[in-house]
Amino acid sequence: MQNNRYELNKQLAQMLKGGVIMDVTTPEQAKIAEAAGACAVMALERIPADIRAAGGVSRMSDPKMIKGIQQAVSIPVMAKCRIGHFAEAQILQAIEIDYIDESEVLSPADDVYHIDKTKFQVPFVCGARDLGEALRRISEGASMIRTKGEPGTGDIVQAVRHMRKMNAEIARLTAMRTDELYEAAKELRVPYELVQYVHENRKLPVVNFAAGGVATPADAALMMQLGAEGVFVGSGIFKSGNPEKRAAAIVKSVTNYMDASLLAELSEDLGEAMVGINEQEIEILMAERGK
Amino acid sequence: MRIGVLAVQGAFIEHEQMLRKLDVETFEIRRKEDVSQPLDGLVLPGGESTVMGKLLQELGLFEPLHKQIVQGLPVLGTCAGLILLAETLSNDSHTYFGTLPVTVRRNAYGRQLGSFLKIGQIDGHEAFPMVFIRAPSIESIGADVEVLATVDGKTVGVRYKNQIGVSFHPELTSNLTFHRLFLKMIEQSKNKSEKRRFPDVEGWEKVGSG
Repeated sequence: MQNNRYELNKQLAQMLKGGVIMDVTTPEQAKIAEAAGACAVMALERIPADIRAAGGVSRMSDPKMIKGIQQAVSIPVMAKCRIGHFAEAQILQAIEIDYIDESEVLSPADDVYHIDKTKFQVPFVCGARDLGEALRRISEGASMIRTKGEPGTGDIVQAVRHMRKMNAEIARLTAMRTDELYEAAKELRVPYELVQYVHENRKLPVVNFAAGGVATPADAALMMQLGAEGVFVGSGIFKSGNPEKRAAAIVKSVTNYMDASLLAELSEDLGEAMVGINEQEIEILMAERGK
Repeated sequence: MRIGVLAVQGAFIEHEQMLRKLDVETFEIRRKEDVSQPLDGLVLPGGESTVMGKLLQELGLFEPLHKQIVQGLPVLGTCAGLILLAETLSNDSHTYFGTLPVTVRRNAYGRQLGSFLKIGQIDGHEAFPMVFIRAPSIESIGADVEVLATVDGKTVGVRYKNQIGVSFHPELTSNLTFHRLFLKMIEQSKNKSEKRRFPDVEGWEKVGSG
């Protein structure tokens, strides 16, 4: 992979900052998302809540369906491939997807290896529960990170846990003496150079979004205040009573996440939120896939 | 000098960092209250123009900012910011501020695989890296619009009176050439308006026409 291409891919993620990336399953939903102010859409056949309900193996979406969404909107279009499934990723690259999500939401194709993302021209976003996972994905070539959260639940607890953990670990690295960084790299099982970067810059070398369980404007504001640079909303929008209104409200809450009186206004009359499942009631913990 | 950076979505922090390196005070514009602060210049950053255009309207920022741009407030639009300024978009029925007499094509280089880096030049300045991310291009320009930069035969930077619009991202590199140019334009417009003893904004309109 040319270094130049990796830089350009990280830079596209920079352009998405302060925005909301929405899961959509049809061109019509993609248009609703774009009109509501999504900065990108994630094209997939079934949103996580339905994947959870349906059970079975879930795979990359039909390229025809993804192309339909690419034609429907002018904003970037992302799509998911299974963890380790580099052939699915090759297919997504062939249809010129703007970002590939190597995602734990789908059934993993490989229980040991992630995709060598440095072999690709298109950018990858990957989920992470902690700093070690994030830096491992980055060393494999990911140009954007998101918390794993627990997709399709409408329960924000896991995204909060992952974001706090990552922040705490970044703070810990930042506070270390430089001679302690070698051991830290060993503990985290990541390259020393990435540890050094975090130590010096107090942040990940790529953009970091929140994902998994965001269902309300307040959830989005919570994640932004915890340090997320933007938000993915999966099932939260199109599983709710009034998708247009909720989507637009979440977009505005990400822009003005510190303005409680605006957030109060935005939270009014949104209709029913997605029903949601508590983490104790879940059978499959998707966040446990691919470490 | 104080510059407001539109901060509703996109890469606004990068612009703030560049301007701070040049010892300029910056503040973020996210809410109507922010626009009432005094400012010497405005930056419209990169991001998604559809998102910014919508939020400008819905957060009540559009009217006050539009008024100030028309009255001569120096403004720099990069990528999505250029789209917000453009009078016409050749592949989109929306327009936003529409104050810059150019026709712009959105996503002119295609999807992310079409993004690229080129070393470009502005007359009288050293060459510097220009980053194009799903970039727009400037297809045609109106009268009195000055071409600042071209890459591969396509116009990628223009200036018209108080407005600079570019398809690339000067904020994504460590090179400060372009932001210096913007600050110089602000200084010039300030001097002119002071000379004319116009404490109000009208003097700004003449800036850059010569």
